[in-house]
Amino acid sequence: MSRKLLLEHAEIPGITTYEVYRRQGGYRAVEKALKEMTPESVLDEVKISGLRGRGGAGFPTGMKWSFLAKPEGIPRYLLCNADESEPGTFKDRLLMERLPHLLIEGMIASAYALGCRTAYIYIRGEYKWIVKTLERAIAEAYANGWLGERILGTDFSFDLHVTPGAGAYICGEETALIESLEGKRGNPRLKPPFPAVSGLWNSPTLVNNVESLCAVVPIVNEGGEAFSAIGIGRSTGTKLISACGNINKPGVYEIELGLPVEEFIYSDEYCGGIKNGKQLKAVVPGGSSVPILPAHLILKTAAGEDRLMSYESLAEGGFVSGSMLGSGGFIVYDEDQCIVRNTWNFSRFYHHESCGQCSPCREGTGWLEKVLHRLEHGHGRMHDIDLLVDISKKIEGNTICPLGDAAAWPVASAVRHFRDEFEWHVREPQLSQQRNFGLAREAVAV
Amino acid sequence: MEAVSTKEKNQASFSPETMAEIQRLLPRFPEGRQKSALLRILHLVQEENDGWLSTAVMDRVAEILNIQPIEVYEVATFYTMYNLKPVGKYLLEVCHTGPCAIEGAERLLEYLKQKLAIGIGETTTDGLFTLKTVECMGACGYAPMMQVGEFYHEHLTEAKIDRFLEDCRAGKVALGTWKLG
Repeated sequence: MSRKLLLEHAEIPGITTYEVYRRQGGYRAVEKALKEMTPESVLDEVKISGLRGRGGAGFPTGMKWSFLAKPEGIPRYLLCNADESEPGTFKDRLLMERLPHLLIEGMIASAYALGCRTAYIYIRGEYKWIVKTLERAIAEAYANGWLGERILGTDFSFDLHVTPGAGAYICGEETALIESLEGKRGNPRLKPPFPAVSGLWNSPTLVNNVESLCAVVPIVNEGGEAFSAIGIGRSTGTKLISACGNINKPGVYEIELGLPVEEFIYSDEYCGGIKNGKQLKAVVPGGSSVPILPAHLILKTAAGEDRLMSYESLAEGGFVSGSMLGSGGFIVYDEDQCIVRNTWNFSRFYHHESCGQCSPCREGTGWLEKVLHRLEHGHGRMHDIDLLVDISKKIEGNTICPLGDAAAWPVASAVRHFRDEFEWHVREPQLSQQRNFGLAREAVAV
Repeated sequence: MEAVSTKEKNQASFSPETMAEIQRLLPRFPEGRQKSALLRILHLVQEENDGWLSTAVMDRVAEILNIQPIEVYEVATFYTMYNLKPVGKYLLEVCHTGPCAIEGAERLLEYLKQKLAIGIGETTTDGLFTLKTVECMGACGYAPMMQVGEFYHEHLTEAKIDRFLEDCRAGKVALGTWKLG
């Protein structure tokens, strides 16, 4: 049974309201930080905790915080990235729906550590009802003296606002998010300068994911040491995993990092096994951008060790035989799913979401979609398969932001691990329209 | 055409409630940075303008924010939640990205097309329904799904869709609002 640091109180009736949240010990982290700690000591605890960015990149949060430039007389901003749009990912939604005050509390403590006077929660526009949930909670926090001027009688003043996007995956990229927050198209910026030096309105800006900011609350309350005691190696603490696809119990699970993947998929405490008694075919473990792995490589590494739910273990084997923890969007495919069709679907997504700024991504994602459409619909040619790999390579690393990589990786990994299924689509164009390749790959392998 | 658009331009105005809401949003941003409220203002005025943004509406927003109309157009054309032509009263936004697709989203889309006798991006002749496909909405564990107004309708089945469409026709479906009220 995993310990719950974030979702511990998520099921308590009325927890979205200030009174209930406070009664459960809410806002203790703010009291502790502001009254007993210096901003530097809060930062130190976050560093000690080993917390890594929960949005997908996994960059150490404490280190990111320490990069924030602090020139005299220039305001600096804290932004919460609540633009959750990575296919397979729906964990931040749960945090904000159920525990809006946890996010607010985490943001107050974080802003104190960073010396930010103002912060914004940039939330995807489709989460309209959560905009209101958050704004109600923020109003309660103001009314109870947790936001505004001279919080708890200290010199620390802090304002927090919610601002919605309007439908654009790219705005989850931090510089695109900043552009969007400035009221513009979400075109990512060239880096450097990094947002930590010049971000929102050219001020030093820090962008953190919802879950990362929420995790600051237990880190302040219990200390960085206690947080880092959970997990395995450099994957410390708990992580929210949103599980979906062909499993018995889709949903959001808070796990201790280091949990075996097999236990996560088959235990009744988590996914509860594959639906309808089917066989596991493949998993995309960290949101649509990360490499897809066939069943045998998601359960065990190429070296034959148990694969664990951790940054390191999921990446074991690099892109040859590994993947990434990413955002924790865990998509499970059973034997009836067609890998070619799924890859085509994801490539359509990336083509749709490309901002169009960089040619390799704008053109390349369109090529990928068209070639995959051709293969899926029985008009593919054998050399199309290598063409996909070639296009992926020409996008990867050649764009301003990581959307290009995100579009390339799923295609490259699908071809790498399921090449015979692509070839089958070419060889059997009629048959591939009528039935799926299923687990034939596994059968051939034996 | 020219005459019509000029006339339209002169006519675009928003309700006192919407104007009050806009005034409430502007102080959230530092002096001179009010353009940051643009995305939310467009949501508000789109809601008031029957779910879409006309040129006249966008021009009026530019006036309010004291920015060039092109600054509004380029934003309105970038984000998928803004509709640049009229839509039905109920805009059915059906997710068809991977996780929803493996749970039958494509089949449900076909069902909706047949049932409403429209294609994707089209509106029924009675002006009630517009069908739109959208990309991942963050409801992957509760697939398939569609958004209508403020709300997500999840774990969709053909039977649920039948009931939902009937409820729309009977005026029993709430759409929500961007106004805080």
